[in-house]
Order: sequence, then structure tokens, then C-alpha cells
Amino acid sequence: MSDDAKPVPYRGGGFAPRPVGLVGPIVFALVLGLWEAGSRLGWISPIILPAPSQALGALADLVETGRLWLHVSASLQRLVQGWVFGALLGVLVGFAAGLFSLARAGIVPVVAALFPIPKIALLPLFIIWFGIGEESKVATILFGTFFPTVISVYGGVDNVDRNLIRMGQSFGLGWFSIVRKIVLPGAMPAILSGFRISASIAIILLVAAEMIGAEYGIGAYILLAGNLMATDQLVAGVAMLSILGLTVSWVLGRIEKAVLRWR
Amino acid sequence: MDLHISDISHSYGATEVLRGIDLHITAGQIVCLIGPSGCGKSTLLRFVGGLERPRSGRVVQIGEPPAGCLNPLTYIFQDFALLPWRTAAGNISLVLEDHGLGRAAVREIVDDVLARTKLTDFRDALPRQLSGGMKQRVAIARALAVRPACLLMDEPLSALDSQTRDLLLDDLLDLWLRERFTACYVTHNLEEAVRIGHRVVVLSRRPGQIREVVDLDIPLEDRLDHPEALETRRRHLWELMREEALAADKELADV
Ligand SMILES: Nc1ncnc2c1ncn2[C@@H]1O[C@H](COP(=O)(O)OP(=O)(O)OP(=O)(O)O)[C@@H](O)[C@H]1O
Ligand SMILES: [Mg+2]
Repeated sequence: MSDDAKPVPYRGGGFAPRPVGLVGPIVFALVLGLWEAGSRLGWISPIILPAPSQALGALADLVETGRLWLHVSASLQRLVQGWVFGALLGVLVGFAAGLFSLARAGIVPVVAALFPIPKIALLPLFIIWFGIGEESKVATILFGTFFPTVISVYGGVDNVDRNLIRMGQSFGLGWFSIVRKIVLPGAMPAILSGFRISASIAIILLVAAEMIGAEYGIGAYILLAGNLMATDQLVAGVAMLSILGLTVSWVLGRIEKAVLRWR
Repeated sequence: MDLHISDISHSYGATEVLRGIDLHITAGQIVCLIGPSGCGKSTLLRFVGGLERPRSGRVVQIGEPPAGCLNPLTYIFQDFALLPWRTAAGNISLVLEDHGLGRAAVREIVDDVLARTKLTDFRDALPRQLSGGMKQRVAIARALAVRPACLLMDEPLSALDSQTRDLLLDDLLDLWLRERFTACYVTHNLEEAVRIGHRVVVLSRRPGQIREVVDLDIPLEDRLDHPEALETRRRHLWELMREEALAADKELADV
């Protein structure tokens, strides 16, 4: 080898973030620690933002008085009812739009017209129809999850590989078999990602509906805390929402993992 | 069961794709279909299998399919068309489930075709875990499971690398020697055509018409013993194809 031999410069690497354990929890703890320290040292006024320990105290208070479960169960009930019925109807209607020309011609324009309406604007109407009770809140959430579900389901059905459907037909599979064994699993990834979107919309609507008129519920709790300038309770309520959102997305993640194992 | 294709013509919108195709597929023979890209080979195969209707002409089956045949006209696709969410065995049982055979019978057929395609060890593998050649073997096993009277193969080996292609071609030949199936085999590869075809049909450029039918009379099992004869045929086919391809290019240049 001659003297002017040198290694080829390395230019690859990067652009491939790897999971690095513990960094997340450390950053989390750091932020909370700084916040706590800031409050204790008087840099952050307790009227503007309470210390995390105070918010935790408010949460403990809620647990002791048993009101935590009251609020959370009220919220969960509305969320689950509204979301399940909205998603179920959405899947049915989305499949109809994905499979039948006539249904598509009827459904798609209606969905396109109603989807962009912020559903919370319909709450007053629902209150007139169903009263101030649970029904109007559930209806708002149901409506809000229905439309995105329809759109993602019929998009998913459209995107099922036509070659696979052809294959099913070429082997003489019945229509129902093709829908159940080819179209449904093929549309599953899109349906599940639609569920993620509709779940986050449902949480937004839940809080908004509870703020407009409810005795119990996380949204009502936060609104009341705001009215009383009880920032510690307010932060506790927001933290509950964060936990709720994380739980929902964790559950959906588990379902995705189980259903889409073939990917 | 023979298949007779009579006077098929078709156009998609203003594009004339096929014109006056007459062809007879004799039971127990493999008919290879070759022709320039876009001349309508896949379209013709879809007509033969009843997946699409031609504008004029028809395909008739002469005689009854053999007893026990579940799906007389069965495709093997270029892209395998396996359901990614089902295992090898699941993909095969898919095409048996609608026939009311009962679990034990389905399982027996699945085991049998997996063994015949040497896939027994892979019965629980998902498509993403299989190589291209294996996937196509699963697709072949699936086709065999329904005891077809005629296999319709649209470039079944085109998506594979050349070693895998050779191996799978040998497998197909073995299979034919054992089972004497009927097939219509679309390919771009002239070596394949002269190895596996009893008769090679050359289509012209679009609109596809039958340019020439070449009968290859050497028995399939003896083909490798006559390399010169195969090479002569291959060269003849290549000349025909080349003329068509050149003419097609010229037409493009003239436009
Ligand atoms: N569903 C369709 N709608 C409109 N045009 C089509 C359709 N299917 C095929 N064609 C056109 O018909 C012609 C023949 O197509 P076909 O796929 O049968 O050709 P081919 O001989 O199989 O080509 P290749 O060798 O590339 O596979 C092409 O020009 C194609 O663009
Ligand atoms: Mg083709």
C-alpha cells in the first residue's frame, strides 16, 4: 500500500433516532423539580401556578373525600358511551359507503357537509332536544366521533388492495366472506388510526360539554376550580385529563398491537 | 376439460386492446402466452378466468371439470396475492372455507398441498416472514388446494430473482409431470416458454392479435436433453417478439 492511502470518510449514520431509555422520566422529573423549586423559592407566584406538591395535595383531597371517583366516573361514562356508539355507527356507515355505490353517493356529501362543523356548536341544540342531562353530552361526543370514523373507515375500505379482492373472487369466495376475511382486516389499520383521532376528539368534546353544564365530571371540576381561582385544583384536573388521554392511547396501542400483529 | 376462446375483442375506452383472439387450450397441456408489454395478455387471462367480460367474443369450457374440483379456473398471480394477516396454512384454508368441507377435511387438504410444495415447515409463517419464492410456493399450494381444472398463471415467476425462478420452474415442471394439469401461462421470458410450454402463442403489439402459434413437440421431461432444439425455437420466438417491439417503438416515434 502506498503512503497516500487513507480510509474512506464515513458519511452514513444519523436520521435514525433510537429509543433511549430513562431519558423521558429524567426530563419529566427535572421539569417537575425545577417547578417545585421555583414555587418554594418564591419565583413563581402561587396565584399564577401552584407548586406540583400543592396540586398533588388537591388530588389527595379529592381521593379522601371520594369526589375523585364521582368526577372520573361521570366523565368516563359519557366518554365511553358517546365514543362506543359513535364509533360503532361510524364503522357501519363507513363500510356501507366503502362497499355500495348508492350508499356512497348518499353518505359522502352529507358527511363532507357536517364534518367541518365544530360539534360543540351543536350542544345547545342537543340541550334543547335532549335536555341538560347526560343525553345531550353523550350525543355531542357521539356526533363528534361518528364523522371522523366514517371518513377513516371508508378511506380504509377504498385502500384495501384490489388484487386481494380479485384473488378472493377468482377463488369463488362469497361476497360476505370477501368482506369479512379480506376487506375488514385490510381496512383495519386505517380503522384503528381513525379510532385514535376520534378518541382525542371525544376527550376534547367531553371537557367542553362538561364545562357548559354539568355537576360532576373532570371538565366541571376544572371550570369550578377556575371560578374559585383554586389553581391547585385546576392543575390537578388538567393532570387527570393528561392521564385519561394517556390511558386511552395506551389501550388503543395495545389493541393495535394485538390486531395488527401481522404487520 | 378444454377451454375454447372464440373471437375475443376488447377495448378500454378508445384504446383497442385485443382483436379477434381465437385459441384452444387442450386438457393436460400448458399454453404459453407471450407478447410485447401492454399487448393485453393479462387482460385476456382475466377474460379466461371470468374476472372481466370482453366487449365481444366468449370463452367456453368444453366438458366437465374433473370430479372433486372446487374451483375449475384458478389463478396464480405475479404478486402472489397472499393475505398478509394469514399464515401460509391460513391463506390456503381461506379458499377452502366456503365449500363446507368441515374442519378435518380442510386441514387434511392444507397438510397435503403444503407437503407437495415442500412447505410443511412453514405452515405457521406469515407472508412477511417468507422470501419471494416461498410466497409463490404458498400461492401455488393454495391453487392446488382447490383441485383446479385449469391454472391461469400471469407471469408467476417475474417477481423472483433468477435462481429462485429456475428452481420454481423445475418445481412446476415436476408438478406437471405428476399431475398433468392444464394451464395458460403468461410470460415475458422466452426460456420459460420453451421449457414449460406445449404450445407458445405469440401476440402482436397492441391491439393484441395472434401473430403465430408455435407447437413444441418435445415432451416436457426431455426438454433439457435437447438444448439446441430449444435454442432454435427460442431464437425464432425472439425474432417474432423483436419485430413487434421494434414496430411498437416506431409507432411511438411516429406519433
Ligand atoms: N382496467 C383497465 N382500464 C383501462 N385500461 C386498461 C385496463 N387494464 C388494462 N388496460 C390497458 O390495456 C392494455 C393491455 O393491458 P394488459 O395489462 O393486459 O397488458 P399485458 O400484455 O399484460 O402487459 P404486461 O406485459 O406489461 O403485463 C394496456 O395498455 C393497459 O394500459
Ligand atoms: Mg400483464
